[in-house]
Amino acid sequence: MHAPARLDAAAASAATPLVELRGVRKTYGLGTAVATEVLHGVDLSVARGEFVALIGPSGSGKSTLLNIIGLLETMSSGEYRLLGQPVGELGDAELTRRRGDTLGFVFQFHHLLPAFSALENVLMPELIRGGRVGDAARARAMALLEKVGLAAAAHKRPAELSGGMQQRVAIARALAHGCPLVLADEPTGNLDTHSADEVFALMRRMNVEARTAFLIVTHDPRLAARCDRVIELVDGLVANRVP
Amino acid sequence: MGPGFAFTVALRFLREGRMQTLLIIVGVAVGVAVVSYISALIEGLQANTLRRTLGTQAHLVVQPPEQRAQPSLDAAGGAAVLREVQARAQRPRTIDNWRAVQQALADAPGVVAVTALASGSMLAVRGEASRSVTLAGIDLDGYDRIVSLRGSLTRGVARVAPGEALVGEQLASDLGVGLGDRFVVRSGDEAVETFRIAGLLDLGNREINRRSVFVGRGAAQSLLGIPGGVTQVWAKVSDPFAAEGIAERASRQLELQVESWMATNAQLLSALNAQNVSTSLVRLFTALVVVLGIASVLVVSVVHKRKEIGILRAMGATRAQMTRVFLAQGALVGLSGSILGMLLAVLLLWGFSTFVRGSDGLPLFVVTLGWDLALKVPLVATLAGMIAAVAPARSAARLDPAQAIRL
Repeated sequence: MHAPARLDAAAASAATPLVELRGVRKTYGLGTAVATEVLHGVDLSVARGEFVALIGPSGSGKSTLLNIIGLLETMSSGEYRLLGQPVGELGDAELTRRRGDTLGFVFQFHHLLPAFSALENVLMPELIRGGRVGDAARARAMALLEKVGLAAAAHKRPAELSGGMQQRVAIARALAHGCPLVLADEPTGNLDTHSADEVFALMRRMNVEARTAFLIVTHDPRLAARCDRVIELVDGLVANRVP
Repeated sequence: MGPGFAFTVALRFLREGRMQTLLIIVGVAVGVAVVSYISALIEGLQANTLRRTLGTQAHLVVQPPEQRAQPSLDAAGGAAVLREVQARAQRPRTIDNWRAVQQALADAPGVVAVTALASGSMLAVRGEASRSVTLAGIDLDGYDRIVSLRGSLTRGVARVAPGEALVGEQLASDLGVGLGDRFVVRSGDEAVETFRIAGLLDLGNREINRRSVFVGRGAAQSLLGIPGGVTQVWAKVSDPFAAEGIAERASRQLELQVESWMATNAQLLSALNAQNVSTSLVRLFTALVVVLGIASVLVVSVVHKRKEIGILRAMGATRAQMTRVFLAQGALVGLSGSILGMLLAVLLLWGFSTFVRGSDGLPLFVVTLGWDLALKVPLVATLAGMIAAVAPARSAARLDPAQAIRL
């Protein structure tokens, strides 16, 4: 499942944090009259294999922070090291490559590709990377779907699956290429309590079995309490750390 | 999932678009069908016209220089010369050293066959009836290579042995003669010879059938009073539309008047040209409509697929890959639309040749969809689809993934 060969020597050392942010600021509409700073100098780090919750009230900048960590948005100032390497100066092509190699995403509205089956969704990162899907990748994806309890639904389209099932496919997809960190934006926010528990338990199990780190944005204090560590964001700043 | 990321995703996006995809493919197909149908029709029409035109005349005709009256005195030293110069009556003129001319023409690049003729105006007489005719003294095999006589034979045999003639059907009926009958040919100088009709010809044109008499070259030479001489050298070239250029070169080289069929039929050619221009315009505007149609569908598709584009980008798809997804969609629409369109065109053409018939119950002319067209059209349509996809593809590539996902 892992692909440690992809990580270079510096990143491979266990001491290097997966994610390290120092004084990260984000301003929208920079240079205009309506410039708004959302993040006011965030410091945080995520270690290998950690299971971290990111909480905070609406508008505190959680999603923005997650997007910056996910290389989907760029910060306005500050320093961000991913696997020990600064990414602040990188161009779109390089950011895209690292995103594909290092990060998996699980979104609140379980953004699967509706035109593709569950299995094809899980295989998509492989297809993007290699342009083709070999038998080995297919077998790995099937094993993952089995792990998330959806082997029987492998050939169904997302529309035929329940919300919880879709989210489990999304988790399988995020893990498909053996990335060291999964970023989840309110992965249970759209689910009933039972499904939410199931999905959360699944992420926890994957974290333990595959040593994949998770950074989970959540509103649910019940779930946050079951994480290794909670980072609280208030008004664009890290408020405190609950051990 | 086999053939690459861009192609796989493009195909799925199109299949997901169902109705829209179907409509635009049908749109492309109609455009392609119209272009193919019109192209094939015009091509068939022009080929037919050309065949009829070139069926009775040579591509190149070499004629002796015109005889001019030379004034005996030029104006000189400020003296005024009062004179009247009358054009000469033209006698049968021969081409000097015609065997060398024939050889030179045969050696010219692009020329595939050459023959020499002795021809002139005569009277064909049978009893009371007499008709003015063009007597052509030919070498049958040589002439046949340029203008098919054997193919125009309706009765008898194609032979111009001494004392034998091939005549147009109309002329035979005007004179009241049939196969095997004899008639007399008389020149202005009262030279007379009798010929037996060996064969009747239908040269595809009533007027020509009314005044054509073909005999052996020797017989014509003696009737014309030009023993051993010829009045014209005819040539056939491999590409009829190169005839004018070859004629000009030959004319300079031989210092003789060399006329191409293109000069003789300038009006026909300009009509064909006008036809070509209008066909090109139809093609151009149809292509434009097709491109705009594909582009508008893809523009909408990019908007609809923002979220999917965002997800793919989050999963590591590069901008170039997203561009290719939409270019592939354009190409696929162009290709499948054009294949459907070609089938439609074949159907239309079949309908044309089956239901549109001349008064004789035969198709007006042969229309076929050439292989070159059948290959070129899908290629062009595929390219057009990709061109149409350029702008949508760029906007898809520029989409900010974070924003696209949030929507």
